[in-house]
Amino acid sequence: MKNNEITEITPKRRLLELNLGEVWKYRDLVMLFVKRDFKNSYKQTVLGPLWIIIKPFLSTFVFTVIFGMIANISTDGMPQFLFFMAGNILWSFFSSCLNGSSSTFISNARLFGKVYFPRLVMPCANIIYNTIGFLINFVMFFILILVYMFTGSNVHPNLCALLMPLILLSSALLGTGCGLIVSSVTTKYRDLGVLVSFGVTLWMYITPVVYPVSQVPPPFRSIALLNPVAPLVETFRYGFLGSGTFPWKYLILSFAVTAIVLLFGIIVFNKVEKNFIDTV
Amino acid sequence: MTEMNENCVIKIENLSKEYRLGAIGSGTLRHDLQSWYAKKRGKEDPNQRIGAMQYTKGDSFLALDGVNLEVNRGERIGIIGANGAGKSTLLKILSRITSPTEGRVRFKGRIASMLEVGTGFHAELTGRENIYLNGAILGMSRDEVTSKIDSIIEFSECEKFIDTPVKRYSSGMFVKLAFSVAAHLDAEIMIMDEVLAVGDMRFQKKCIKKMRDLATEEDRTVLYVSHNMNTIRDLCDRCIVLDHGKIVFDGDVEEAIKIYLGSANENFRALEYVGNEHKYHCDRNDLCLRFVRYTAKEDNIFYDDEPVLLELTWENKADIKNLCLRVEVSDYRRYPVTAFVVENFYSGKKGETYTANLKIDVSKIVRGGYYTRYVFYSRKNAAAPFETLEVADGLTFRRRKPDKYQNTWQKAWGSIEMNDIEVV
Repeated sequence: MKNNEITEITPKRRLLELNLGEVWKYRDLVMLFVKRDFKNSYKQTVLGPLWIIIKPFLSTFVFTVIFGMIANISTDGMPQFLFFMAGNILWSFFSSCLNGSSSTFISNARLFGKVYFPRLVMPCANIIYNTIGFLINFVMFFILILVYMFTGSNVHPNLCALLMPLILLSSALLGTGCGLIVSSVTTKYRDLGVLVSFGVTLWMYITPVVYPVSQVPPPFRSIALLNPVAPLVETFRYGFLGSGTFPWKYLILSFAVTAIVLLFGIIVFNKVEKNFIDTV
Repeated sequence: MTEMNENCVIKIENLSKEYRLGAIGSGTLRHDLQSWYAKKRGKEDPNQRIGAMQYTKGDSFLALDGVNLEVNRGERIGIIGANGAGKSTLLKILSRITSPTEGRVRFKGRIASMLEVGTGFHAELTGRENIYLNGAILGMSRDEVTSKIDSIIEFSECEKFIDTPVKRYSSGMFVKLAFSVAAHLDAEIMIMDEVLAVGDMRFQKKCIKKMRDLATEEDRTVLYVSHNMNTIRDLCDRCIVLDHGKIVFDGDVEEAIKIYLGSANENFRALEYVGNEHKYHCDRNDLCLRFVRYTAKEDNIFYDDEPVLLELTWENKADIKNLCLRVEVSDYRRYPVTAFVVENFYSGKKGETYTANLKIDVSKIVRGGYYTRYVFYSRKNAAAPFETLEVADGLTFRRRKPDKYQNTWQKAWGSIEMNDIEVV
């Protein structure tokens, strides 16, 4: 049992010390946190895990009524419910990755103050937790597509749908990257936390979630697509519903932005995690 | 840098941790930006609290101040000290919860730290689920926990309730379960901060026995912080006393406890000598020290170039001529540091009680805590040998000094700071 590996604790840390190997060593902990979060979400509730299914249907229903029926926003000729659901499930995946990781330090301060484990375990668990939620939603979405297709609706899934894993990964990493930056800054400035929940809502409205890109006035269309989430949503919808366009140039740009944000996020996170307990 | 010995499992070199005094920032971005903008225009900071001027940049507090320590495999080390002595900061750095400002720590193998009972326990999960979660938080893999879960549950004495959410547990059961998990870690080094204080006496005894067995039979190393001297006695075979961020004693447990308990009384700025006169042998018991105090001081801490103003009151038991005084200074290990002397400063008649005010320049003494001893002596004439009249343990004092080599080892060598070398 003798382990002679020497660990060193020093004041300074290299700028980019990922410690991904260490996170891997703690993979059991990641999964236990995911399990804990699931258990915790649905303990002492009437409907239990059914909420995972009910939530997207409910919010999509509200979207359909408000944006589709009352505001009468065009859906590029797609069935309204499917159109809003596509945007909704992807956006809520992105935003929950962001929100979940943005409170990493603040909400775990007590735990982090008492025991060491790689802090990146928390955002990783958050990604997995949200991915599972998304996949459940996605299965329902997929079944609905099949239902609509067989009833002869104007739905045309195409090969772009195969990009889904990439889109999923990119949304998760972009959301988490933003979240890491926010979580690092909120250790010192609490008011940023308020700004985030507010900002995420605003961000949704500048992202083509409740409207198609084709509804954006042409001069602003390319600007709207510069928003790194926009091409993800648009591609997702194009792949599974066949609506709109496949903005591949913007999609590549979005991946690049994701990589930069994530890298920056991890650098800031690493810098903060060493001493945040002294300032939080 | 020196290599680690075969037997050495933790090596701490010149470890310091600095905390900035006062508020860190103002907590909101608006205020910080406001302060920054005001400073930029050369105006007064609108968020500065009145009277808080002294908390400017550079004002800091050393929670740990140049700690050096080597711990060998299988040792059970107790760490004691008053509140704020730096015990928890030391454990936090070793547990990698916060990082040091200076110095470094190297350790071999895994460290399992228990700074709190039941860290990461989740109220909604059952006892069994919490064992897995807590085990993973402390660094065990799932398989490791599975292989040990039976003995963990048995040790915790919670078999009956193991599949009940822990929110329904009594606090005692909670502690037992939490400790059981930690005790079954395969870590080479175990760190615990006052965790045995909870739980009943029988369980405490059981835990201490378990820890002792782990150390003796499996060569685990234990670092244990406590204010309970009995558990320190039961568990530890070596003890460290921390005071104001420095190790003031390292060695035998009983001796350490004596120093720690004694130091609680030693911080006074005055001492009265009643009934314990002439504790040490003197050539002639002509003088009796009655009272000593630091004048114009609330404590015994001397900063920077601040002189020690000492007031000594004694009674002459015989006629005294040409009295001399030697103030001997020793460090926490009672090793001699230096001595201050004043010769022929007093003569008096028998029966007289006299108060002398002395000023001692201690600016060359580096940071740390020191013991003093007063030796009164005289000689009949210039050729005659010295005769001691009174020897008494004196007031302790502490030095705080932000010298120009602060936090570096260059000048913290020994206890006296000399002038810089001149190149000629």
